[in-house]
Amino acid sequence: MRIVEVCEFAKKELGFDYLVDISSVDNYGEDPRWTMIYHLRGLVNHCELRLKTDVSEEKSELPTVTTVWKTANWHEREIYDMMGVRFRGHPDLRRILMWEGYPYFPLRKDFPLAGKPSELPGVAFTKPAPLEGGPFVSVPGGKDAIEREPRVRTPED
Amino acid sequence: MTEVQEMKIRDAAAQAAQAAEGLQDVQGEKMVLNMGPSHPATHGVLRIVLELDGEIITKADPDVGYLHRGDEKIAENMTYTQFIPYTDRLDYLAPLANNVAYALAVEKLLGIEKDLPPRCQYIRVICAELARISSHLLGVGAFAMDVGAMTVFLYIFTEREKIYNLAESLSGARFTTSYTRIGGVMRDLPPGWAEQCRKFLKEVVVTIDEVETLLTRNRIWVDRVRDLAVISKEDAIDYGLSGPNLRGSGIEWDLRKAQPYLCYQDLEFDLPIGSVGDCYDRYLVRMEEMRQSVRILHQCLDKIPGGADNKTNEPINVPDGKIVLPTKPSVMTKMEELIHQFMLVTEGVNCPPGEIYFGHENPKGELGFYIHSRGGGTPYRMKIRAPSFVNLSILPKIFPGCLISDTVAILGSLDFVMGECDR
Repeated sequence: MRIVEVCEFAKKELGFDYLVDISSVDNYGEDPRWTMIYHLRGLVNHCELRLKTDVSEEKSELPTVTTVWKTANWHEREIYDMMGVRFRGHPDLRRILMWEGYPYFPLRKDFPLAGKPSELPGVAFTKPAPLEGGPFVSVPGGKDAIEREPRVRTPED
Repeated sequence: MTEVQEMKIRDAAAQAAQAAEGLQDVQGEKMVLNMGPSHPATHGVLRIVLELDGEIITKADPDVGYLHRGDEKIAENMTYTQFIPYTDRLDYLAPLANNVAYALAVEKLLGIEKDLPPRCQYIRVICAELARISSHLLGVGAFAMDVGAMTVFLYIFTEREKIYNLAESLSGARFTTSYTRIGGVMRDLPPGWAEQCRKFLKEVVVTIDEVETLLTRNRIWVDRVRDLAVISKEDAIDYGLSGPNLRGSGIEWDLRKAQPYLCYQDLEFDLPIGSVGDCYDRYLVRMEEMRQSVRILHQCLDKIPGGADNKTNEPINVPDGKIVLPTKPSVMTKMEELIHQFMLVTEGVNCPPGEIYFGHENPKGELGFYIHSRGGGTPYRMKIRAPSFVNLSILPKIFPGCLISDTVAILGSLDFVMGECDR
């Protein structure tokens, strides 16, 4: 886990002063499970460099590079949020896209596309509004085509 | 006799901070103010938790993610072509540019980005630059409106309407264009489109001039935005800013110049860069970028291979049946084309295993796609490097010390869009 030293060397000695992005890949079913990808760029010498490091599932932790580039802060928070890989020494490792207290890591390959129910109250959900009539109202499950097709309806209909 | 020298600090925030220093003992406790997620100046659903000392911000904590739809997860579960409509909804103020960026990324994975037909490249540049004008118009207009200059907003919406009309006749949709395909574009320029576009370019320059007349030397505007939220060169690089925000801080970096893709190396345009890095510079950079985009568009419309109506029948797609859908009549009559069509629709474009990163100079900054492929028609992992996400991460750095009324000006000058930030 010498990613910080490598990044510092790349920045100070090789002139890769700009961190474009940090990505993560879940190699589900393989060992090591996580791959972190750092995209570096030299704004002066117009070079790009891709650094990759593997992290095992048991460890799921690697040192932060926020000490090298400040922009790594949010990228690392996003990876923690989506994959559940922690960054040692990160100043503020909280979830960033999902809400605080969400129990899963949605970009893991074993997380289903449709999502999983969580214990949180359904803050984002409301009851459907009562049908108040309008120009294009259809009646689902209506007995014939006239019932089903969208047309002007008043609440009494 | 002592000489009294008065030093005037132009920066309103610094003045306020200085005044506050003299009042240490009368300071009360800090107040926490929640701004957003539904606030007219946060342009979507950005939430910022501000800690205030009187009117001065002492700490800012942006909270993003209210528009998170899991685009990266969705991408892993569909073919490369099926994801194109999702790119419309990233930066929804410049969908055409997102389409171009995504198509180029997948083409880089396929290794065909250099084989694109010249006409296709020109059409894509036209799309990207129209999107840039549209996005910058709204960026400047909304910025001005938040600071109180309502008129600009009305002027620019008239011009944006024309861009949407152009997008509509080009792709059939005004907003969610989905215009590019892997290996080409959906269809050629419709007849008379180039003339419409030229007419628009003549009109938009007039509007840009009018907006400049209204703002650039406007005393109120200049007082509100000058020397506000200065981002130094070092900070801009350290926080990974890109696009007009990076150039506003005086760094000459544009992917169209630095790593030319499409036909940008054949086109002449200049890069405006700021000198101070304040909100005013970011505004000026956007205004000049629009003029440069107009310049690029004029060159494209003049130089496009095949001319406006494609009299010489230049191709607009790569000639590879395994990447681009065949024409409908040939599907109906030829065996090979029928098989290609079936395979493309059911399995998607078969990409080789590998990984690429492609960065595109979008209106808001560098929109990058990192695609990790293990072969087949769907990506194994796709990471979207959204410029707005990265640009917003500088807020905790620049907000402290500013006045609360400056927040709207700073947010306007950064020109972000949450659809892209939250993905």
